[in-house]
Amino acid sequence: MIEFLTENALLAALIALGGLALVFGGILGFASVKFKVEGNPIVDQINDLLPQTQCGQCGFPGCKPYAEAIADGEEINRCPPGGEATIQHLADLLDVEVKPLDAEEKVPSVAFIREAECIGCTKCIQACPVDAILGAAKQMHTVIGSECTGCDLCTDPCPVDCIDMVPIETTMQTWHWDLPKTPAQSQLIATDRKGEVA
Amino acid sequence: MIQDLSFLFISAVLVNNFVLVQFLGLCPFMGVSGKLETAIGMSAATTFVLTLASVCSYLTNTFILAPLGLEYLQTISFILVIAVVVQFTEMVVHKTSPLLHKVLGVFLPLITTNCAVLGVALLNINKEHNFVESLIFGFGAAAGFSLVLVLFAAMRERLAVADVPKSFQGAAISMVTAGLMSLAFMGFSGLVQL
Repeated sequence: MIEFLTENALLAALIALGGLALVFGGILGFASVKFKVEGNPIVDQINDLLPQTQCGQCGFPGCKPYAEAIADGEEINRCPPGGEATIQHLADLLDVEVKPLDAEEKVPSVAFIREAECIGCTKCIQACPVDAILGAAKQMHTVIGSECTGCDLCTDPCPVDCIDMVPIETTMQTWHWDLPKTPAQSQLIATDRKGEVA
Repeated sequence: MIQDLSFLFISAVLVNNFVLVQFLGLCPFMGVSGKLETAIGMSAATTFVLTLASVCSYLTNTFILAPLGLEYLQTISFILVIAVVVQFTEMVVHKTSPLLHKVLGVFLPLITTNCAVLGVALLNINKEHNFVESLIFGFGAAAGFSLVLVLFAAMRERLAVADVPKSFQGAAISMVTAGLMSLAFMGFSGLVQL
């Protein structure tokens, strides 16, 4: 056999390489069945639609964990980087209703009490989750600007609507340089690419 | 015997270091040395694959190619062997140790195209190493690769916060650093005479 093959170099080369490829293909095929990792296919499909920015704005450590949570029944509108397009695609995939984005984009702001109109009812003090409002019953209230998180929870309870949300102006101390954006970066999200509907 | 093997090992790690002396596997050396953590992950994955691949390609050459007189097919069959070893390793690791798979993760498939892996396989044949020598040489090459990759990554982490002149920032200072490291490793030549 070997003597025959050494005399026919071409045949030997074909058989050797073909045989190698066949054996390796068999090993890999066997391994892919034997060492198959069970994963939820729907999780992968959802994960493909998410932007993969791994920003954690949804409250999960990354896109894959959020995809797993969606598969378990989590809301689909938690992804600010994906925006409306991603929600639309997720709704199509999961056959659920489209919902507006949960985390709407808002300017950082602080609460401001128009002190002339304040009646001192203390309702905003009870509402404030971070104790950023000072005051007592029938005394004028005021907001500690550095403590206020801009959560907007105090505006609703106020009976005289004397609380405004004032945007924080950029000063020399708070200004920072925006990272440059290239066209490639704005195309990062799968659902941004035109005509690609998974 | 033991002495010969330890000489071979030291020679592969320091004297004939694959990255800094033979200039093989430079792409991962420049590519994944940005952070120490990823460099360690890459080193571990490469060590594993390089050792395994050098043994497997030795076996392929000795038992399939050499008896048939097909030595001219070495390159293509070694690439085949390396690709299969890498892919198989990835599957097994993924199944048996999800934690290790997370650490090695993206680096495992990248190694397929690491020229140091093919280089070791071909050098083993050129230098007519036997089975044990191939194993030691492959492991030594991988240890040398890991050593310089981790050293270089640590340096680049320092460089990231250093006050580098504007014209040298980024890739330029990395290249200069790599060159200086290479010069330093040249100092090992003559340490071991094989």
